[in-house]
Amino acid sequence: MFFPISDSHINPIYLVVVGFIIGILGGFFGVGGSFIAGPALRLMGVDWNYAVGTDLAHIVGKSIVAAKQHRALGNVDLKLGFFMAFGTIAGAECGAQLIQALKRAGNVNIVVSYVAIVVYFGIAAFMLWESRKTLRSGRGRSQSGLVKGSESKKDHSAFSPVTRNIQRLKIWPMITLPTSGVRISLWTILLVAFVGGVFSGFLGGGAGYIRMPSMVYVLGIPTHLAVGTDLFEIVISASYGTITHAIKGNVDILIALVMHTGAVIGAQIGAVSTQYFAGPKIRLAFVPLPLIGAAIVIYTLVTGHKF
Amino acid sequence: MKKQAAKSLRAFAIELAIYSVLVTVYFFLVLHLLGEWLYHLEAQHRYMYALVALLLIAGQAVALDAVTTLLFRLLRGRWR
Repeated sequence: MFFPISDSHINPIYLVVVGFIIGILGGFFGVGGSFIAGPALRLMGVDWNYAVGTDLAHIVGKSIVAAKQHRALGNVDLKLGFFMAFGTIAGAECGAQLIQALKRAGNVNIVVSYVAIVVYFGIAAFMLWESRKTLRSGRGRSQSGLVKGSESKKDHSAFSPVTRNIQRLKIWPMITLPTSGVRISLWTILLVAFVGGVFSGFLGGGAGYIRMPSMVYVLGIPTHLAVGTDLFEIVISASYGTITHAIKGNVDILIALVMHTGAVIGAQIGAVSTQYFAGPKIRLAFVPLPLIGAAIVIYTLVTGHKF
Repeated sequence: MKKQAAKSLRAFAIELAIYSVLVTVYFFLVLHLLGEWLYHLEAQHRYMYALVALLLIAGQAVALDAVTTLLFRLLRGRWR
């Protein structure tokens, strides 16, 4: 099928399957799946600027469905989501401007590829270290009889001491989040959201791969709530990202629409699946995903051609 | 329990098959016709294109979610 806006030929079945896989990932991990979608579009010869913008558009649709599912399951902190949306939008604009600057300089594909590889590897390594340490310490507590019954199912994290220190920073205004059970400075929330937004605008997608771990480790939000709230927040920020990228000529909406048809079914499966897994296990299962994205980017970079 | 799982799986397989047919029809009837118009809109009216793009993806999300929910409800009722 020919997509005239991005001037590319892509099999629609390929797009639907990619959308389906991303839908499952989004519903389960609360991430937009751009670490798969971006490289998957790149693999078909779509330029990075189109891959970034189109992925954002596709994520709007996918996140609406997944966020609705999570809201029904009580996994969304609306107050946190609205606050984060402001920081993300500012960050997304910065990221989009960086893309524009690279587009003008004529090296958008190479720079974004290298940044993507570094970011994907970094996230996978950190989450592997943290979730393994958490699961090991959880087992240790259980064996020594310190943790019993439902207590062992709580969302423990090896990064908790750092999270507690961040929560102790009393920088006005302090925000209470009753749904998440957290009291934290508004500036911390905005900073986390802003960083996520920059990655969203620069590497595409909702940047859930960086925001979801940040919400858990920096803000101290329970994993299930972080997943749902991240998706809700992505609806707002990705909508803004879609508009700003479309105005800059980086969105092929036809590709996004085709991909999204597969994502609808996948998102439903993913959202329901989160109920059967504990927080650290969800995070451990997340580890291979950015690595797959990195592998695809390395492949396109090394071989220099598409399938 | 196993019987219930088999029923759910069957309902899901049928949902997937019906959904695939609907999506194929949608590809040819809607996206094929929209392609040319969107291409010109993108080239000539960027701001309008941005708005239309957002409305299209959001509209599709709501519509497809309604279709899948309806399909799932109908099939679950039938196979119960």
